[in-house]
Amino acid sequence: MTDLTQYLDYALIGMLLAVAFAIVRLRNLFAVVMLMGVYSLLCAAWFVSLDAVDVAFTEAAVGAGISTVLLLAAMLLTAREAEPSKPQRHWAALAVVVAAGAALLYAVPDMPVYGDAESVANAYVGRDYLEQTPHDIAVPNIVTAVLSSYRGFDTLGETVVIFTAGLGVILLLGFGGRKREPKGKPAAKAAPAARAPKAGKPAKPVKEEGAS
Amino acid sequence: MDMFNFIMALGMACAMAIMLARLFAGPTLYDRVLAANSFGTKTILFLLVFSALSGRQDAIDIAMLYALINFVATIAILKFFRYRSLEISLAQMSLRRAVDGEDEA
Repeated sequence: MTDLTQYLDYALIGMLLAVAFAIVRLRNLFAVVMLMGVYSLLCAAWFVSLDAVDVAFTEAAVGAGISTVLLLAAMLLTAREAEPSKPQRHWAALAVVVAAGAALLYAVPDMPVYGDAESVANAYVGRDYLEQTPHDIAVPNIVTAVLSSYRGFDTLGETVVIFTAGLGVILLLGFGGRKREPKGKPAAKAAPAARAPKAGKPAKPVKEEGAS
Repeated sequence: MDMFNFIMALGMACAMAIMLARLFAGPTLYDRVLAANSFGTKTILFLLVFSALSGRQDAIDIAMLYALINFVATIAILKFFRYRSLEISLAQMSLRRAVDGEDEA
């Protein structure tokens, strides 16, 4: 059964790769924004298949939901198409990328096999958690159990911090448009008043009225 | 039964790949919106089949979250293209539409 899901993982990774190349190559910024959302959806699906449900939740909510909307809002401020970049050869960048890739490939054989019960991560404290969680907490997913129960206060603190930060940002930026209306009306009234002296040219009569 | 679910999941992956092709090539904007929305739906179905295949019930929750996010993202994209702004509230949208309709009539 693990063999079968493995092939699905390969399919997801292949699609991730294709999307990443398309994001780099495409000029239409709107298509790029949507491809970013698709990338994060694929990422989250892959996390689900790796049984990291919480990471998948976060990735789906933040990557596919919030960032798509934020990037669309950012697109209001810029052009629709990316300017074509001049074809240049960045040899230094290529060298850095090749070196990093070679180092990663060199490190791969030292990594434990996927799902290895004897690997260091699963052997000592990890095995304790794997054995104790079903007795301590009736949550089937152990990552969720660790996140929301063993280190529950930590998670609560994180959530409070993120909520406060979001609240601060919303208060600073003023989403919702309700504040626009009172601002808009005085501006509409002030605009003709400001234009009138210009059209009538002299500002002196106003001063005289104020003096008298 | 596992084999059947696996073939279903592979079919879903193929459908996702086809949607990706439309998303890359899509000549107009609406092709891409439609392809992205459809891709989200395919992902939801893929996750459901996957949860049946692997016997994990958690994936169903994620699939439901996807459905919600997919909907919100599509609404945001379409609103962006209709009004060039994300700040307009729904009430103002209907009001403006009424005004537009009057102008057209």
